[in-house]
Amino acid sequence: MHKPFAITLEVGSSLDNHTGSWRTERPVYRDFLPPCNHACPAGEDIQGWLYYAEAGEYEKAWRKLVENNPLSAIMGRACYHPCETACNRGQLDKAVNIHAVERFLGDLAIERNLQFEPPATKSGKHVLVVGSGPSGLSSAYHLARLGHQVTIYEAESKPGGMMRYGIPQYRLPRAILDAEIQRIENMGVTIELNKKVDNLASTMAEGRFDAAFLAVGAHLAKRAYIPAGDASKILDALDLLHGVETGEPVQLGRRVIVYGGGNTALDLARTAKRLGATEALVVYRRTREKMPAHESELQEALEEGIKIKWLSTIKASGKSHILIEKMRLDESGFPQPTGEFESIKADCVVLALGQDVDLSFLDRTAGIEVVDGVVKVDSQMMTGHPGIFAGGDMVPAERTVTTAVGHGKKAARCVDAFLRGTSYVAAPKNPVADFNRLNTWYYSDAPQVVQSTLDRARRESTFAEVVHGLDEKSALFEARRCLSCGNCFECDNCYGVCPDNAVIKLGAGKRFEFNYEYCKGCGLCAAECPCGAIDMIPEPS
Amino acid sequence: MPAPLIKFYQTGTFTIGNRLLDEEALSVQADELRPNVLTSGHRACQGCGEALGARYALDAAMRAAGDQIIVANATGCLEVFSTPYPESSWRVAWMHSLFGNAAAVATGIAAAMKVKGRPNVRVIAQGGDGGTTDIGLGCLSGMFERNDDVLYICYDNEAYMNTGVQRSSATPPAARTATTPAVGSQPGNSFGHGKSIPLIAMAHRIPYAATASVADLRDLEYKINKAMRIHGARYVHVHVPCPLGWGADPRDTVRVARLAIETGLFPLFEAEFGNITDKTSIRHLKPVEEYLRLQKRFAHLFHSGADQQWIIAIQEIANRNIREFGLLAEVSHA
Ligand SMILES: Cc1cc2nc3c(=O)[nH]c(=O)nc-3n(C[C@H](O)[C@H](O)[C@H](O)COP(=O)(O)OP(=O)(O)OC[C@H]3O[C@@H](n4cnc5c(N)ncnc54)[C@H](O)[C@@H]3O)c2cc1C
Ligand SMILES: Cc1ncc(C[n+]2csc(CCOP(=O)(O)OP(=O)(O)O)c2C)c(N)n1
Ligand code: SF4
Ligand SMILES: [Mg+2]
Repeated sequence: MHKPFAITLEVGSSLDNHTGSWRTERPVYRDFLPPCNHACPAGEDIQGWLYYAEAGEYEKAWRKLVENNPLSAIMGRACYHPCETACNRGQLDKAVNIHAVERFLGDLAIERNLQFEPPATKSGKHVLVVGSGPSGLSSAYHLARLGHQVTIYEAESKPGGMMRYGIPQYRLPRAILDAEIQRIENMGVTIELNKKVDNLASTMAEGRFDAAFLAVGAHLAKRAYIPAGDASKILDALDLLHGVETGEPVQLGRRVIVYGGGNTALDLARTAKRLGATEALVVYRRTREKMPAHESELQEALEEGIKIKWLSTIKASGKSHILIEKMRLDESGFPQPTGEFESIKADCVVLALGQDVDLSFLDRTAGIEVVDGVVKVDSQMMTGHPGIFAGGDMVPAERTVTTAVGHGKKAARCVDAFLRGTSYVAAPKNPVADFNRLNTWYYSDAPQVVQSTLDRARRESTFAEVVHGLDEKSALFEARRCLSCGNCFECDNCYGVCPDNAVIKLGAGKRFEFNYEYCKGCGLCAAECPCGAIDMIPEPS
Repeated sequence: MPAPLIKFYQTGTFTIGNRLLDEEALSVQADELRPNVLTSGHRACQGCGEALGARYALDAAMRAAGDQIIVANATGCLEVFSTPYPESSWRVAWMHSLFGNAAAVATGIAAAMKVKGRPNVRVIAQGGDGGTTDIGLGCLSGMFERNDDVLYICYDNEAYMNTGVQRSSATPPAARTATTPAVGSQPGNSFGHGKSIPLIAMAHRIPYAATASVADLRDLEYKINKAMRIHGARYVHVHVPCPLGWGADPRDTVRVARLAIETGLFPLFEAEFGNITDKTSIRHLKPVEEYLRLQKRFAHLFHSGADQQWIIAIQEIANRNIREFGLLAEVSHA
């Protein structure tokens, strides 16, 4: 080619100049464990399913959710959502209302009659599950997904455990419970009702089961000694809740005293109101701060006119009165008697003091170890008897529906490994994406969507559900409040802010890639990534 | 804020793009097929704000003009790092002028296009703050006064970076440069000097003048786009941090630019025919200290025993901007 005067070199593009060689550090895309996922006892990939919900892909979101927890509509109502306590958005304005979106997805799946995918393979193994509470159901679901045949033996005439005979209908409508259990049965899980296991060893032998998962819950009411006159009426909270559920006539009278400070006490008091009690008074020996009941439930109870007598114990119970003693907390936070007494009108006293596990069915099973009234399990959720696993309320752990579901999932994986002659090894977890990783400037201000509630009059007279669900618009809004902590949500910031065009956009859903030929390692992409999904690491030599 | 707000409750308008946005709502920079007018392999320092700003601005201009643009570029970093003989990073018809005459060269190109009957070809002049506020101001003022059909883009990194960080008339007070060292009773650049080209442009009553920043891409694209829809003399002044000259971490380029906006030190506004028509409200107001502390050119203000009055005086500049431009007006920023 003819070159102009004084020009000796061919014109070229700067693409020949590989500025990547300047780098001392390089950016890498990473996935972190969002704090919500980290806090979920059922191991839900919350950020993962919100990702689809954000896009309005609700079925995909639900399918992603049920990979870990089959009870989405139930969870969205009953779970105490530790995820929201951990949510990074809580440090910005208010946590994402995760449970409301979870409930929205669960309800939508019921409305659309979505079903689980049938298992792809059959293992030929048969697993017994004892108890159809959340733990039993969760294990059955996960075992079935892994290709095992599962049979649940349930003592009651209906499945669900404490979700049916404990949690009242105004918090968990039975149509929802039934639908989510039915869906598990549709996948091939057999539930045999009215089938109480009295002797596990013989049940195992008769049914020729290859393994068993025990999830019988904790159903024996704890008692307290209260000197009581002949005419005084002392009842048990769980018996009453059970009675309400099965439609037995329940006679409480007008002034109901509930003794205890847990959720069961509040549920019973609220139930008593709905059954016509003019007054429901909870007597608790410590303070509000020490109350084991969940704050939101306390709020709802107070809204319904439930009264609470803090720092009080019941000393005696008579025909129309009870005697309570005032307590004070000592330095270590224990309630101590003060010698001050008060007499309160009462038609009956209901005890809600917690539950123990009925372990009699294990008497003839060798190797099972019981510590402090609960069954000991190892890291594989296995009891001392090979092939017999246990979880939920009957093992040492927090007694919540979600923990029970988490145990069921983990146990299913361990049972599966056991049946293949190995042990379950959990995949290594990513480091947690803490708040400091985020560049929160990029997130818009968005107030949390609040769920509306039933009006007060109807709350005191019916068992209709108290808390309403979200409509589609609010659920979408709420899902989009997710910061996507530690996981790329394709905001294009890295692609945009690179002064060297060294980020390649791979297209919707495919994220990005670095072009290390040109990346100079300035770190702008990492600094401007809203969700902290980019790390700078020393350049490998 | 002038750029249309996207009511999208995750990152709203603030990120470059988002997988959930409709195509029309995407920024040019979010596009997989963006023009990339300034391509890879250029020799700008790590994290160079000027390289970033130039691609942001020219990509938007290319889109707006259907790829029909010619650029005249004053001497300065942008020219030097992009075009070391015989390589070029430009994927656009591009011409190097002199240090001080980019506006005049662009005027000539615009005239030539008119003579050749190519009204679809749009002309852009661009340069650094030195080439614009100092040596190029005569040519620029002429271009404004004649209302020549040119969009002039100034990339303001607040000093002569290419020749080793000498002071310009856009260097902020108290900043240390090679020619305003941090010694003596009034360390760094002195107060009371400097000039605002956007206000000078407005005094010429040209059809459009605006300020923009690499920390607000959507606003920048909106302004370039708007400027490209207008004929006559137009001016856009883009704030582009220089990690080398400012002594800031390369990864902080956007952060520093953002703090300049959020402290009120760099107001974002637009003006038509000499009247301010809009401005961007500050979303999270910050004290100037946060901005200054990230930059070594201001480090002497924070040494033990340093006179507090300089930081107070800089805060007063920010306060005055906030007052004069109304930067705290209540705007709901979804
Ligand atoms: C009133 C009340 C309200 C509650 N509210 C909440 C709440 O809002 N949120 C929350 O997270 N948690 C709540 N809990 C706790 C939660 O219900 C339990 O932690 C959870 O249900 C435990 O699940 P599980 O599967 O271990 O046992 P369960 O749910 O107790 O299920 C055990 C099942 O095993 C069956 N069974 C027992 N023995 C045998 C046997 N020998 N043979 C065959 N079947 C047997 C039982 O009939 C039952 O169906 C509440 C508990 C109560 C009592
Ligand atoms: C007439 C003339 N004087 C001096 C120079 C040397 N020179 C080249 S670039 C430059 C400074 C550029 O500063 P600025 O315009 O702010 O651009 P930056 O490099 O900061 O982007 C100088 C002084 C020159 N090229 N021509
Ligand atoms: S000196 Fe400043 S303006 Fe010049 S290339 Fe480096 S960072 Fe960019
Ligand atoms: Mg400069």
